[in-house]
Amino acid sequence: MTLLIFEQFLNGLQIGLLLFLLAAGLTLVFGIMDMVNLAHGSLYMMGAYFAAVFVQWTDSFVLGAILALPAGMLLGVATEYVALRSLYARDHLDQVLATFGLILFFNELARLIFGAGGMAIELPALLAGQIEILPGLPYPTYRFAIIAAGLLCAGFLFLLVQKTRLGMLIRAGASNREMVGALGVDIKLLFTLVFGLGSALAALAGLMAGPISTVQIGMGDNVLILCFVVIVIGGLGSIRGAFVAAVLVGVLETMGRAFLPNILGSFLNPSEAGTLAQALSSMLVYILMAGVLVLRPAGLFPAPGR
Amino acid sequence: MPSARTAPVTTAISRRVSMLLGAALLASPLALAAMDAAAQPAKKVKIGFVTTLSGPNAAYGQDMKNAVELALDHLGRKMGGIPVEVVYEDDEQKPEVGKQKTEKLLQRDKVDFVAGYIWSNVLLASYKPVVDSNTFLISANAGPSQLAGEQCSPYFFAASWQNDQPHMGVGELLNQKGAKRAYLVAPNYAAGQDGVNGVKTLFKGEVVGQDMTKWPDQLDFSAEISKIRAAKPDGVYVFFPGRWGVQFLTQYAQAGLKKDIPLYSAFTVDAVTLKLQKDVALDTYLAMTWGPDLPFAANQKFVDGFKKKHGDTPTFYASQSYDAINLIASGVAATKGNLKDKAAMRKALEAAKFDSVRGPFKFGNNHFPISNIYQQEVYKTADGGYDLRTINTVLTAHQDLHAPKCKM
Amino acid sequence: MSVPASLRSSVSTAVALLLLAALALVPLAAEVFEDPFLLTLFTRIVILALAAVSLNLILGYGGLVSFGHAAFIGVGGYSIGILAKHGMYAAWIQWPVALLMSALFSLLIGLLSLRTRGIFFIMITLALSQLVYYLANGAYAYGGDDGLTILKRTDFGGLINLSHRPSFYYLCWALLVLSLFLTHRLVNSRFGMVLRGAKSNDRRMAAIGFPVLRYRLTAFVIAGTVCGLAGALLATHTDFISPAMIHWTRSGDMIVMVVLGGMGSLFGPLFGAVSFLALEEILSSYTEYWKLVFGPLLVLVVLFARGGIDGALGRGHGGILLGIIGGFFLLHGVHLVYGDDWAIPGALLLGCVALVGLVHWLRRHAKSGDKP
Repeated sequence: MTLLIFEQFLNGLQIGLLLFLLAAGLTLVFGIMDMVNLAHGSLYMMGAYFAAVFVQWTDSFVLGAILALPAGMLLGVATEYVALRSLYARDHLDQVLATFGLILFFNELARLIFGAGGMAIELPALLAGQIEILPGLPYPTYRFAIIAAGLLCAGFLFLLVQKTRLGMLIRAGASNREMVGALGVDIKLLFTLVFGLGSALAALAGLMAGPISTVQIGMGDNVLILCFVVIVIGGLGSIRGAFVAAVLVGVLETMGRAFLPNILGSFLNPSEAGTLAQALSSMLVYILMAGVLVLRPAGLFPAPGR
Repeated sequence: MPSARTAPVTTAISRRVSMLLGAALLASPLALAAMDAAAQPAKKVKIGFVTTLSGPNAAYGQDMKNAVELALDHLGRKMGGIPVEVVYEDDEQKPEVGKQKTEKLLQRDKVDFVAGYIWSNVLLASYKPVVDSNTFLISANAGPSQLAGEQCSPYFFAASWQNDQPHMGVGELLNQKGAKRAYLVAPNYAAGQDGVNGVKTLFKGEVVGQDMTKWPDQLDFSAEISKIRAAKPDGVYVFFPGRWGVQFLTQYAQAGLKKDIPLYSAFTVDAVTLKLQKDVALDTYLAMTWGPDLPFAANQKFVDGFKKKHGDTPTFYASQSYDAINLIASGVAATKGNLKDKAAMRKALEAAKFDSVRGPFKFGNNHFPISNIYQQEVYKTADGGYDLRTINTVLTAHQDLHAPKCKM
Repeated sequence: MSVPASLRSSVSTAVALLLLAALALVPLAAEVFEDPFLLTLFTRIVILALAAVSLNLILGYGGLVSFGHAAFIGVGGYSIGILAKHGMYAAWIQWPVALLMSALFSLLIGLLSLRTRGIFFIMITLALSQLVYYLANGAYAYGGDDGLTILKRTDFGGLINLSHRPSFYYLCWALLVLSLFLTHRLVNSRFGMVLRGAKSNDRRMAAIGFPVLRYRLTAFVIAGTVCGLAGALLATHTDFISPAMIHWTRSGDMIVMVVLGGMGSLFGPLFGAVSFLALEEILSSYTEYWKLVFGPLLVLVVLFARGGIDGALGRGHGGILLGIIGGFFLLHGVHLVYGDDWAIPGALLLGCVALVGLVHWLRRHAKSGDKP
């Protein structure tokens, strides 16, 4: 039983780290540019499609992944340049609307280019097996790799934000945007850089999710909602908050799905318990968010000065 | 923002005029639409076909559309000597949209038959306006239990199956393979519930665990797969149509469970998902009412024709669409094109005198087929692709359990 | 502005009244042209316009960007559906329950969400509507994801027969007109002043001594209740309820309607709903890829036409606007008549419209050149 709980915790952690990669880009963009970008999910989807195409093309998972990252980043920068740049000064409503329009556009574009059937990313033999992380607990190698990559990225982001000049500007921007501009920093360049970074992270999340969940049109739409939940719980603009909230959401959701049916099953009949547990665990995350917002309206780790 | 200036009176007047003009223009499509309706030739069989042509599941809608086109080719685009026209509508996989498109087919296009429908919820939403207007409705896929039982109608026919049937086939298949302990996983919606219940009605062993997953947007099945591993069953039954089938099977194989615990499924592997599932679908047990290799002349003609025309193996969705069109053709031929005689048409459709791709085809009292259910498996074709083949017959001339509840 | 404020609102009002009058003629047109689908289409448009009017009260006048308004459509619809499932068809049960439930839900959601502001408000309304969505999804007794067919429409005891399509349409139309009238009265009352004042500066309003939260909550509940009414009408119209009514993209669509029409203006949501749904209907009849056009169109509207249709009317672009809309419809008509060979007559027509528009534009700019 303890082993199963540990395994489910790993499952939750892995989902949480994927969420974190997506949410990190979202929260950075929000923190520094005060921009709600619903199209972030589309960048995730396009990243996954790029990876699928490049993996097929180069016949190598690693090469495909390496090519997909800059492609996703370029697409992000292009989107920022063409459509989003003029939205920074607008209110959130305008941003929500315009990026909602972009979601529709990207979904149809992907269907036009890549077809409606979806694509699969095949894993190299090295990653396709299982490793025994504890005696009697084999775990899929690829999921383990996701956990490792996710933690690595989190560490990298943390160092970037805490220790570099760019990170200092990002933190400063999250607290007081005008002041950073007044200090003579090239705000436009900074915005583009941050947006590119966010897009690359989204593409990374997309290409890592690809082999697990297949590449599909609209794959970003539902994840996006969950990501917003994450960044709102974590506090907008806070990388640390996004990390904590993403892992919290991932673990909570997985644990709910894994153990609620059994818990409810002890006093309900199995089919009712299954149904109720399902509905409850779907709602769990949203209940958590509502709870956090009622108690701490600015999230768990609000950026200072906001 | 435009600069502030004062408008001369003349422009204000011209604005008024152009506005009136605009209002007049607004009314014009009504008139034009009316001309359009009046311009139709009287002798024509019109069929409305509703399926999903956009969104993540557009591949299935396209497959069905291809099958309809093939059926029309094979019929020489005529039914009983009368030219046929098919109007396709996209339901976007949304019940409300499906219903509106259906009403459009009935009210504006004034179709003689409505067919199609992949999803139970879209069909259920669209059902009432069709049968209320005494128009014949042929489902080419969805077979919800309501329509097989209390809500059955003289105007509704299913060219496919009732939802439970293939799942009951899986239940029997588990018995035949000697499984004593089974674990069931299905999405948490009505068809998933039907599926789990279908397996349970025939499975004689013990159900050691059951998970209903979040529908339609669960990202990941790792929690369920870990529970399966811990429960150590003899067999796992899953029902995940379309993209979800690809996800579940891939993750199941990645977890290394496929070689230890056999996987049984219905609706989860088809020609579209196989392109993505590939190896992970090998060595699994499938149950379905139709397979591309069923040895009937009509089936060979259909599968060969489909491959030739569209370059793909048809899915079961396509086979049922092909049957739906041929069923309509048999009705039109038997009534000699007298589409107004509803009673005669109903009799002709009930007789189902057409060459089905499923071989001998017979409707039960509730207008759902009494059908064989076959065991199938995936194999690698000579050219490196993947296809389905039929192993044996699991259930013979099987009728769904809801038929006794249908009073008509 | 080229048009004085008083005239500006009167231009918009005139167009809106014309539109309402045209809407009133729809059943007649459907009869004359033997196209009953016209009535089906416009019933839906009128109902969603009512929902958009309700959203406009909080979004446009109150500045509260609710991304979960579809929840109330669901609550209203499910109230009708669930009662019908249990054999209760009487209007005096169904309607009050639907309204009461919507009011209760909006009170609850409002209480939770109005404590936050800005982006947090957007997100919490979204989250709470997702809760309602999953609640409906898990409600097996009422069809779960499959939804539930409503076998018999609300019974008004001979007062009005909702199964008679024109009667039902006129009921919806009347409710739309009533909601517009009430919104007009409401926003020009003291209550509306406070609501609008809080939109531009809620701290100041609070400092003056108005309990801003209570005013906002009241507006939220009114909007939710009216939207619930629209949901009840929608369920009656489709004879069907399903969780898809509550999907978050529906909430997005409703915001689009309000902004497209011009938020914070009385008739904006009416313009928005009519043009949004007509555009959807027409674009989707041309291509399955219609969202490829619609998406960027939305971006353009946000970037360049902030005031929406109402704003364009106010700035004196009404002629151009109607020219565009009219040209569009005419083009569509040509397509209906000529079928697939519509390109040449269509292009000719488009050319004419463009020419008229160009002349119009040149004349305006030549005139304005006189007075720098």
